[in-house]
Amino acid sequence: MTDALLAGELPLPPRPDYLRHGATISSWLATTDHKRIAILYAITITFFFFMGGAAITAVRLELFQPNGWLLTSDTYNKLFSFHGIIMVWFFLVPSIPNTFGNFLLPLMIGAPDVAFPRLNLFSWYLTVAAGAFTVYALVAGGVDTGWTFYTPYSSMFSNTHVFAAAAGVFVVGFASIATGVNFITTTHMLRAPGMTWFRLPLFVWAIYATSLIMVLATPVLAISLLLVIAERVLGLPIFDPARGGDPILFQHLFWFYSHPAVYIMVLPAMGVVSEIIPCFARRRIFGYDFMVYAMLAIAGVGFFVWGHHMFVSGQSALASLVFSFLSFIIAVPSAIKVFNWTASLYRGQISFESPMLYALGFVGLFTTGGLSGLFLASIPVDIHVTDTYFVVAHFHYIMVGGSVSAFFAGLHFWWPKVTGKLYPESWAKFAAILMYAGFNMTFLPQFFAGYLGMPRRYHTYPAEFQIYNVMSSAGAAVLAIAYLLPLGYLTWSLFYGGKAAKNPWGATGLEWTTGSPPPPKNFDRQPRVDRGPYAYHAEGMSAGTDPPEMQNARETR
Amino acid sequence: MSDESALLREPWLDFGRQREAGKFGIWVFLASETLFFGALILTYTVCRIEHPDAFTAAGRETNIWYGTINTAVLLTSSLTMAMASQASEASARLRRLVLVCLMLTAMLGLAFIVIKGFEYKEDIDKQLVPGAGFALSQPGAQLFYGFYWLVTGVHAIHLSIGIALVSRLFWVLLRRQLPAKDNPEIEVTALYWHLVDIVWIFLYPLIYLPGRAS
Repeated sequence: MTDALLAGELPLPPRPDYLRHGATISSWLATTDHKRIAILYAITITFFFFMGGAAITAVRLELFQPNGWLLTSDTYNKLFSFHGIIMVWFFLVPSIPNTFGNFLLPLMIGAPDVAFPRLNLFSWYLTVAAGAFTVYALVAGGVDTGWTFYTPYSSMFSNTHVFAAAAGVFVVGFASIATGVNFITTTHMLRAPGMTWFRLPLFVWAIYATSLIMVLATPVLAISLLLVIAERVLGLPIFDPARGGDPILFQHLFWFYSHPAVYIMVLPAMGVVSEIIPCFARRRIFGYDFMVYAMLAIAGVGFFVWGHHMFVSGQSALASLVFSFLSFIIAVPSAIKVFNWTASLYRGQISFESPMLYALGFVGLFTTGGLSGLFLASIPVDIHVTDTYFVVAHFHYIMVGGSVSAFFAGLHFWWPKVTGKLYPESWAKFAAILMYAGFNMTFLPQFFAGYLGMPRRYHTYPAEFQIYNVMSSAGAAVLAIAYLLPLGYLTWSLFYGGKAAKNPWGATGLEWTTGSPPPPKNFDRQPRVDRGPYAYHAEGMSAGTDPPEMQNARETR
Repeated sequence: MSDESALLREPWLDFGRQREAGKFGIWVFLASETLFFGALILTYTVCRIEHPDAFTAAGRETNIWYGTINTAVLLTSSLTMAMASQASEASARLRRLVLVCLMLTAMLGLAFIVIKGFEYKEDIDKQLVPGAGFALSQPGAQLFYGFYWLVTGVHAIHLSIGIALVSRLFWVLLRRQLPAKDNPEIEVTALYWHLVDIVWIFLYPLIYLPGRAS
């Protein structure tokens, strides 16, 4: 698992790393290097993240006052729809898989690249083209269906740019499928000698499970949107009740994708956190095997819970009962993961660097989001809070508190590896704490407002809810600062940051054995793996504070 | 050996492994395609259960001759595609057979689309396009034709992509830019082609057989 020279081997001459390997624009836009494609994705999704963020800033400003002082209802509808569409399909779904997944998957399994490098680049171009469609929908006048495109409103009544927005999501789906196929094949076919399945880092397992969902769920989303487009453009009657069609069928098709899509967004986040917590607790991950089984169980069972979005749609009581039961079942593997992260801290030598702060924030916020999910899985409570801010708070705790926190955790953890630069740690810690505080200020009041009956998606509301909305909007301002800070100091570090060593955190894992930033083909020599991941201390011992090399020596003694 | 080095691509060090990965990747993609058409067929099933009589009445209006001839054409194209794939694996002396089979496959695919075009023409003349002036009065008959136009259209797009892939392969092999022997692209394209064929085998009874037995 080392890059050390074998007896008689001569050192290789130094080579430029992947960032300095070529400097022309075409060396970036026509690259097949997974690391450069990851950077292209990172730039793209950062752009979309701040676009979606800008839309919701206007929404939160509007909600300061109960009477609709800033926006018309139409503009309001278009802004929250744009926010949802952009954040789900152009930020959250590609966020961790296409940036960190692309960058790290080959490095972590000891491969020179992904299995199909040109397909990988093609997938990025699809994402950009799809983004152009969706942004066009906004510029041309917006779309007001919400991110869910529910029929018959989207297919028959909305006179906004549903076609462009749906076409964008349709195309970005193909990018997802291409990435999924690529990652699954890479994991199967390109593992280094000795990298057995149960020596894979949990991040690789997470990306693998995510890719399975991408490949098997996304085509169904494509069909549901294709049917909406066909109805709008060609006048086909599939969802038109006047001609015998069934609008509820859309909800089944849509949620068959969109519930598993929740796990597309959160499984990679779990993978990131599973790398960071062992590193900063200097502990082996607790229950590695069960972490793997839990992720695969989430990916599998996730396909059979979509009906819990439809308890009030008029589906049969039996169907609701079964979906409710299965939704409780899927909480079990999620809980296993939370317990195992917590147990990994036990008898650890914990230090609170910024990635660890973000990761611990993830565990807390994900748990809150997950537990509130159990309220929604329970039919009587769900009927009470359907389409209220309770639901909004719940999924933001998972998507923003969970996935976005983990995205920032990964960003800080692997930033030295990706860029070869060190960022100012105290600023990073400050941003991490501010993000946690701002997040809770924004979304905790929404649980109360929703439970008391404030419906989602309205731009005016009864005055008694104003206190919660003012808290929420004030929190959103804090959150916005916390998101802008890393943009500032990370960019600063690119120019003025100190040079990062190969392994600044003393972490295990193949990505830390090569240079920072890595050379174009990742490794100078084919890595060989002779142990499992997270060997932070000898088996059966408690955590040590020695650097890993020392502990390796101790283990072999 | 020189053949293999001409076909070896980044990031692979071993040609056998690359070939295996290509096959594996296309199978994963075909799994995705199965869900794509599966969702459409589910839509059909739901609508048919809701409107059984309208679906049999609408099914009788399809032209079974076009459908049956096209099924035969497409199955034959799968045979020639499989022959191309087998010949490329068997021997370098069968290059000519590979080329002929690829050409036949592309032409049969094209023939399918042309026949489908005649069928579409007839359907339009019989006013079987959902919307105002639709020929059948049963509620739900429009749903059948909504499905018909969408699914045959999506299938035709898949087939056109297949024809483009096979034609490109034919051209590249003809100009000897790549060797035909053991070329992994042939088998990968063949697997995709067979999927398009199998989807049609499912569509044929769904579209042409309702209402024919009684």
